[in-house]
Amino acid sequence: MSDFASRIEEIIPRLRRYARALTGDGGAADDLVQDTLERAWVKLHLWRRGSDLRAWLFTIMHNVYVNQVRSRHDEVPVDDDSLDAPQRATQTDLLEVRDIDAALRQLPPEQREVLLLIALERMSYSEAARALSIPIGTVMSRLARAREKLRLLLDSDAAAATLKVVK
Amino acid sequence: MSTQPVNDEQLLRWLDNELPDSVRAEVEAYVAEHPEEAARLAAYRRNDALIRARFDSVLEEPVPVRMRRQPRSALWRRAAMVGWFALGGLAGWYLHDVKRVDVAQAVPPWAHRAVVAHAVYAPEVRHPVEVTAEQEDHLVAWLSKRLGTNLKVPHLDAVGYGLVGGRLLPGEQAAVAQFMYQDPQGQRLTLYVRTNMEQNGESAFRFAQEGNVRVFYWIDRRLGYALSGEISKEELLRVAMAVHQQLNP
Repeated sequence: MSDFASRIEEIIPRLRRYARALTGDGGAADDLVQDTLERAWVKLHLWRRGSDLRAWLFTIMHNVYVNQVRSRHDEVPVDDDSLDAPQRATQTDLLEVRDIDAALRQLPPEQREVLLLIALERMSYSEAARALSIPIGTVMSRLARAREKLRLLLDSDAAAATLKVVK
Repeated sequence: MSTQPVNDEQLLRWLDNELPDSVRAEVEAYVAEHPEEAARLAAYRRNDALIRARFDSVLEEPVPVRMRRQPRSALWRRAAMVGWFALGGLAGWYLHDVKRVDVAQAVPPWAHRAVVAHAVYAPEVRHPVEVTAEQEDHLVAWLSKRLGTNLKVPHLDAVGYGLVGGRLLPGEQAAVAQFMYQDPQGQRLTLYVRTNMEQNGESAFRFAQEGNVRVFYWIDRRLGYALSGEISKEELLRVAMAVHQQLNP
């Protein structure tokens, strides 16, 4: 079991990274991780030994997140600190970093979840499908829509060409 | 020669390395011949990389203490302190601590009683139990009779805790049983068992903490179990799972 604890501990940074991207807010992200961990400890006996612990934890986080989104009608507040770019960023990078934050927030939560599991967590389609309890086809259609919307928001050429549409 | 048309799903799979080898070359050739599609896919790839560049730094951040398990060393230090003060009025001090915590919101009254019973008897030096483990058969028969159900006493030696013994306690409506365990360092756990739970079947483990006492409680076939101790949540859960396993072989 302490082996289990250390394995959970190894995954915490990844849960935090995903939560940060998902919520766009450092405090809310850590609360999400904390709630996820607490639920994981309590439901530990439901986890099947030998199954993928990372997928299990992401599934729990997804459920906690869905409940939070459902119980809260307005969008997550943006914590300015969490927008701070890494130190080495140049002015242009900084602009892009802020853009990516803003663009991610414009995606519907369910599309954002899929995109982040694939792009950030580098899950396969089937892993993402299991983590979110949805069919692979749904993973792919959400992923396609998320990527296309992000492209329109971030790619200046594409944006110029479709400005009317976006507006 | 022009390549076969390729659909969006295949392009997406190609981008994410989800294509079988047999189709990959075909899709690659298609992308090479269609610069607009290639540009679109390149933008997807670039944005994925931007997302990683934006958030990968989180991986390097120190994990907040509240997310990490409690280090064992601190627990043993506290256990040693408990041993020192056990002689004088510790139960009263514990109860004071327990009362301070607002337990009304979530913890059911019976689990609260289990915690109080732990706080009263765990520090007891001379009379921690009424019947000791040497008379285990008698202990189980006696408590089974008083509770009106066939009790089983789990053996937790495999997870580091030996049976000290048990005692009969008043519950809310009827008699309840308390079994006490101890590890070689003298750290004690108590397992509180009550009958007549309204909910039949099985519940998830629930966790609560009152003062220094942590408790996992659950329901299994109309019996309520509460395992209390002053060890880390993780360690306590490990023991709770062992208890559950033994009662459900």
